[in-house]
Amino acid sequence: MAFVTSFPYLSVLTLLPLVGALVVACVPRAKAQFAKSLALTWSVLVLLLAALMWSAFDAGGARMQLRESYPWIPAWGVKFTFATDGIGLVMLLLIAVLVPVVLLASWHDAEKSKRSVPAYFALLLALESMMIGVFAAADVFLFYVFFEAMLIPMYFLIGSYGTAGAAGAADGKRQYAAVKFFLYSLVGGLFMLAAVVGLWVAGGHTFDWQALVGMDLNEGTARWLFLGFFIAFAVKAPFFPFHTWLPDAGGAAPAGAAALLVGVMDKVGTFGILRYCLPLFPEASRWFAPYAIALALIGVIYAALVAIGQSDMKRLVSYTSIAHFGFIGVGIFVFTTQAGSGAVLYMVNHGLATGLLFLVVGMLVVRRGSAQIGDFGGAGKQLPLLAAMLFFAGLASLALPGTAPFVSEFLVLVGTFTVNKAVAVIATLGIVLAAAYVLWMVQRTVQGTPNPALADLAPMRRDLSVREKVVIAPLVALILLLGFYPKPLTDVINPAVQATLADVGAKDPAPTAVRAEVSR
Amino acid sequence: MTLQLPPIAYGAIAPLLVMFGAACLGVLVEAFVPRRLRYAFQLMLAMGSLLAALVLIVVRSQGADYAVVTAGRALSIDGPTLFLQGGIVVLGMVALLLISERSLETGGPFVAQAAVTAGSDIDRRQAAHAAGGTEVYPLVSFAIFGMAMFVAANDLLTMFIALEVFSLPLYLLCALARRRRLLSQEAAVKYFLLGAYASAFFLFGMALVYGFVGSAGTDGSVGVTFAEINAAALSPTRGTGLLYAGLAMIAVGLLFKAAAAPFHVWTPDVYQGAPTPVTAFMAACTKVAAFGALLRVFHAGFSANSWEYRPVLGGIAVLTMLVGAILAVTQTDIKRLLAYSSIANAGYLLVGVLAFNKSGLASTMFYVVAYGFSVLAAFAVVSIVRDGDGEATHLSRWAGLGKRSPGYAAVFTFLLLAFAGLPLTSGFTAKFAVFGAAVEGDQAWLVVAGVVTSMVLAFPYLRVVVLMWLSEPGEQTPSVSIPGLATSMALAVGVLATALLGVAPQPVLDLTDTAAQFLR
Repeated sequence: MAFVTSFPYLSVLTLLPLVGALVVACVPRAKAQFAKSLALTWSVLVLLLAALMWSAFDAGGARMQLRESYPWIPAWGVKFTFATDGIGLVMLLLIAVLVPVVLLASWHDAEKSKRSVPAYFALLLALESMMIGVFAAADVFLFYVFFEAMLIPMYFLIGSYGTAGAAGAADGKRQYAAVKFFLYSLVGGLFMLAAVVGLWVAGGHTFDWQALVGMDLNEGTARWLFLGFFIAFAVKAPFFPFHTWLPDAGGAAPAGAAALLVGVMDKVGTFGILRYCLPLFPEASRWFAPYAIALALIGVIYAALVAIGQSDMKRLVSYTSIAHFGFIGVGIFVFTTQAGSGAVLYMVNHGLATGLLFLVVGMLVVRRGSAQIGDFGGAGKQLPLLAAMLFFAGLASLALPGTAPFVSEFLVLVGTFTVNKAVAVIATLGIVLAAAYVLWMVQRTVQGTPNPALADLAPMRRDLSVREKVVIAPLVALILLLGFYPKPLTDVINPAVQATLADVGAKDPAPTAVRAEVSR
Repeated sequence: MTLQLPPIAYGAIAPLLVMFGAACLGVLVEAFVPRRLRYAFQLMLAMGSLLAALVLIVVRSQGADYAVVTAGRALSIDGPTLFLQGGIVVLGMVALLLISERSLETGGPFVAQAAVTAGSDIDRRQAAHAAGGTEVYPLVSFAIFGMAMFVAANDLLTMFIALEVFSLPLYLLCALARRRRLLSQEAAVKYFLLGAYASAFFLFGMALVYGFVGSAGTDGSVGVTFAEINAAALSPTRGTGLLYAGLAMIAVGLLFKAAAAPFHVWTPDVYQGAPTPVTAFMAACTKVAAFGALLRVFHAGFSANSWEYRPVLGGIAVLTMLVGAILAVTQTDIKRLLAYSSIANAGYLLVGVLAFNKSGLASTMFYVVAYGFSVLAAFAVVSIVRDGDGEATHLSRWAGLGKRSPGYAAVFTFLLLAFAGLPLTSGFTAKFAVFGAAVEGDQAWLVVAGVVTSMVLAFPYLRVVVLMWLSEPGEQTPSVSIPGLATSMALAVGVLATALLGVAPQPVLDLTDTAAQFLR
């Protein structure tokens, strides 16, 4: 089994989809069907490799595992260093699972646009490669490179293949969303670039994450550098008040790309905070924590309220994500193991649940040709199965017990309650609001009196196809499985979270209740 | 009185002699070779001399003790000189390829007889049929020779002569456009008048510095070599007012050539009016020469007082970045947009100059050469996007270019991303190098300004990308002409260099690092 443990997983995992993207991009436009199958096969290969990697990861072993390092730019101490801890590992698995699902879900998405179908699938694979690179990098420079490179395929996915909500909406809105997305991310990235340069000088000309952790920085420098990284991640996540690009991008992106955007790409923000902000700048993290928690709480409440008022389903789902990212932010910055593990678990579960929600909404939108809630109504009569799936995805998104997000939300709240009751109480309000926006959307779209306009639409009479069932089934299964048995994930997440919190210097509060000695 | 000729290290100045000889020979060719043979003759002569000069430079740099001050301390052939001369020669060769292109329109981009009144009958006839004038080639040869001497000059007088040697041909070259001749002539006059003022400033400043140095120089001689200036500044025998006033005026002259604000106003008009190959030549080679001279004057000549004048230059750098970035946003002409981008880049280069350390010197040299390749390639693309009236430079005409000619649009997108400083392009590595050096030199505020202006500057670049890819082609969208061999080669070299210096910059970084040592 030496082969299984010594294989250079992370670099191969990063490069494999990129090679696939190049191959798929070379397929002529006329053979679109072949390009789709090729892309799907390729992403399944990546999934298999990721599964192998999981078996090679030792949950009880060192913090950073599967380390590989190759020289790149020695003059600056830049290396192709890949390594991952438990947090990175679960995110890599999430990507590997979501991409084949998304590819299958996007099977006909690109045909409606006038652009090349193979290019659409090539862009999705390229995006997968960049996203894997971001989570697998253990060199700050390399991380930054992937962080920025990730924008380019997503920009073209939104700009070239996006749908701008209502049918026939102008190109302008799509372009607006693509440019807004790109500029927000680029601006955030440039703040990080300044911090990366500063870190490089302060850290003695190295980018190696492991060498930089525990480095002695003076207080002022560390706070400025923290802020540079934090702004980039807060834009990416996004946290209030850097969030306004997400509803536009999520609303305009094709459903598959939106699922990846919200399901995985935005997690780079919260992942970055856990991997870079906390361990590299522990003192600054503690200093900024109250402000970060405040922003996160505002996000929870504000985004949930705005979500209730949305008339476009994709925008609504985007706003729910902002609320969920608020939860994750709270979980990260209260610095307890429970809340931290809950936040990381939330990153995975939210990817599954919101990914599913986006895909199901996408299936509705494709049938109706509109994402406006007002264009639906009573659709469940014609599409019972699809309506049920929308309901399930909605319940998962509002963290119903039995679904995976419940476990993580509960952990975050409990972990928060032990150190700060007020924060926990305010955050709990978010759950109530979540029930409101999800259930109200479900009620207005698939329940109630049927909208007469729907009956005439032929696509509205076709319930889930086999392809769509294959898309939904694995996500539903995972959400249920992880809802009842999250141990496989928590086993790898917990040590990594504990190590991160140890870097910050946070201690869990002593339990407030101990088991009473039973006297005989 | 006998005049002692100073000893001359012919090996060191051989490249200069070759280029000077070839330029003189070019004048003779123009006089004696039959008209139909001149084009081939001139091109071979100019290209051959540059190739020979490049070989001589490379051979020289391989020697053990290549660095020498020669010709009566007038020329310093040291590491920076050789690197920058090599850069100027290589960029000059690429620019020469663009200049020699004749397949895009009849007779090439240059007017046949510049003396013919613009708009007259004869002019219309020559515009339609006559081959372009070949006096362009000796002019370019003289300009490249002047630039190569400019970066080698070890005293202010030699520097001034070199400045005039390369400026005068450039003024003429600007006036030689085949189409839109009045615009071209206006640009030339503007450039000439402002350039003459700048030269006068330089000359006046030199006189003041001469007065300051007095006889404090080495071995009692009186002069304005950088060694003498430095020695006099370290132990001044009279008030330093003269020194600062002189330096300020010299800086005005040099910053004019470098296109730094507030001495930048000529740039957009000249870039727009000049024939595109000449614009490319100016944007690439003049930048290298100007920053080579700026580096030498500040680092070798006036380094003793750098603490006093650094804030002033820092202010100029910030102003330059701001002006370039903000005004680029409002441009509607691609050549003017690139002109403002070149102004902003002058600001970033100044950040490197102001680091005042070895890595600042090395990174500035890296930046200016890397930028030269990108900008040459960008103007190469501009020169092939054309319709019946010549180049279509108005931005609205570029809408939907990605559909008409995806290959060239992709290349131009790559170049724009490089200008925006995205990773895996030379634009990113160069910016990183310069910013890193500035942080090391305690100039973090310049880095912050650089990052902020980069954010602003990303917008105009992105606007062009959006226009090309996400807009529908209009009726006015021109087709891309099939470029001839020369333009294709220039484009390929520029793009390859941009990619290579972004992905694998190590060899060139090593080169600049070993070269970064001035000899005065």
